[in-house]
Amino acid sequence: MTLRNITEHAGEWLRGAGPQSDVVISSRIRLARNLAGFPFVGHANRRQRYEILEACRSHITNKRLGDNIIWVQLADAMPTDRQLLVERHLISRQHGSSKNEIPRGVAVGGDETFAIMVNEEDHLRIQVLRSGMQLTEAFEQINRIDDILEERLEYAYSRRFGYLAACPTNVGTGIRVSVMMHLPALKLTGEIDKVKRAARDMHLAVRGLFGEGSEAQGDLYQVSNQTTLGKTEQEILADFEHTVVPQIIAYEQQARQALLRQREDQLDDKIWRAWALLTHARVIGTEEVLQLLSHVRLGVNLGRLDTVDIRTINELFLLTQPAHLQRITGSEMDPATRRVARARLIRQRLGVR
Amino acid sequence: MKNKCDKCNRPATHHSVEISKEGEKVAINLCDACAAEEGLTMKSAHAPINELLTNFVKLHSGGASGEGESGKSGEGGSPKDTACENCGTTFADFRENSLLGCPMCYKTFEQPLSPLLERAHEGGTHHIGKVPRRAGVGEQRQMAMQRLRRQLDDAVMAEDYELAARLRDDIQQMEGER
Repeated sequence: MTLRNITEHAGEWLRGAGPQSDVVISSRIRLARNLAGFPFVGHANRRQRYEILEACRSHITNKRLGDNIIWVQLADAMPTDRQLLVERHLISRQHGSSKNEIPRGVAVGGDETFAIMVNEEDHLRIQVLRSGMQLTEAFEQINRIDDILEERLEYAYSRRFGYLAACPTNVGTGIRVSVMMHLPALKLTGEIDKVKRAARDMHLAVRGLFGEGSEAQGDLYQVSNQTTLGKTEQEILADFEHTVVPQIIAYEQQARQALLRQREDQLDDKIWRAWALLTHARVIGTEEVLQLLSHVRLGVNLGRLDTVDIRTINELFLLTQPAHLQRITGSEMDPATRRVARARLIRQRLGVR
Repeated sequence: MKNKCDKCNRPATHHSVEISKEGEKVAINLCDACAAEEGLTMKSAHAPINELLTNFVKLHSGGASGEGESGKSGEGGSPKDTACENCGTTFADFRENSLLGCPMCYKTFEQPLSPLLERAHEGGTHHIGKVPRRAGVGEQRQMAMQRLRRQLDDAVMAEDYELAARLRDDIQQMEGER
């Protein structure tokens, strides 16, 4: 399997299936790990970075983690390929945009359910992605990967601080749980900021589609833990599964019902205008697409619009991003040409001329 | 979408459309400061975690220049300027970019890091999660003991004496196995 194979379809995590998938787009868990006996990436010299990269690569591409693992040497990869991996959430923006001379890579496997970044901020950033609310399954998978890697790689670990990470905000379990949620009704009713405040009080971070520093485009929000020391992995997961996510889902559902009760016509108008624009526009930008897709997705989930399925909408969130669009059309395009190609792709996928 | 803030002349960065009670669409365009003032955003809502950490470190260690330290520690002589023997990172370097240089930095800077970690991790000071197998049996046992002791504290706090008694027995048994 190569990067080319993954371009045209969305990964497992965007199937639009999985529990609570009307609100929860995906569940993601990542573990930060570092090798004992080396400086952290920021302090390692070029030779050490190569050594780390090679040691990790040989174990990651080990058959025990599965067949068909793609290994991408990022320093040698084309900019569009790196951007493609960022858009698919398989690498961080930082990993995609680092200087070319920094040896670094990523392994992608299991139908894109996992990705392992090497030489990002930490030597290893293991992540598992699943569609809908599937944190338990994601944790089982990532724990298994971690165990397999640990058999051959000795991790930097201390009795007091647990798994040592370059940034002390990741020390301890090194676990970051992120649930990506579609919260259009909370945005429309203006209640999203209350949720953000409540989340912050619970030591959670609320971020946009692409994590740290990104805005919440398309009404997609990632909720993540900030505490990694002094709690077990199970305690951190339980907070999400039993408290945080169910509560946010309940707020979103209440807001959706309130919109239906009190502003049904305005809501339908928003949904159908979004549909009209998506199916008829000839020139369209990324930001606008995300907002329109968000409203159509809300319409489908509320049963107000049945001409499209959630999977198609989820895929369009991804395929209309710049690198995906260029890969699908097979050509490098400037932003203006992309806007035209984007509108055409949307019409094709939605089955209109 | 307006480019200027509704309340002042700064560039608008916060755009939203709300539906009023009368069903009218109301467009709101505000700059960061006005949006935060209105309670619509939090200034730190999207701030990268490293940025938050950097600000925190600066606040609690006398600013980026190292000034403001109380006592005799003075410039260049502060214990926080000690370099890690293994990688040469100083606490000032850490203050600069929030990243440590190597695993040994955790030992070197254990003292100044402790209050920072406690604050960043809701009071968490010690790891109680997964232990790598290579950390050895002794390490695993110690972690299990720590966890049991913590559960015992929780059980006593919750006045669940039956559970507390069971946990106490487990701890004693583990201690006996040593």
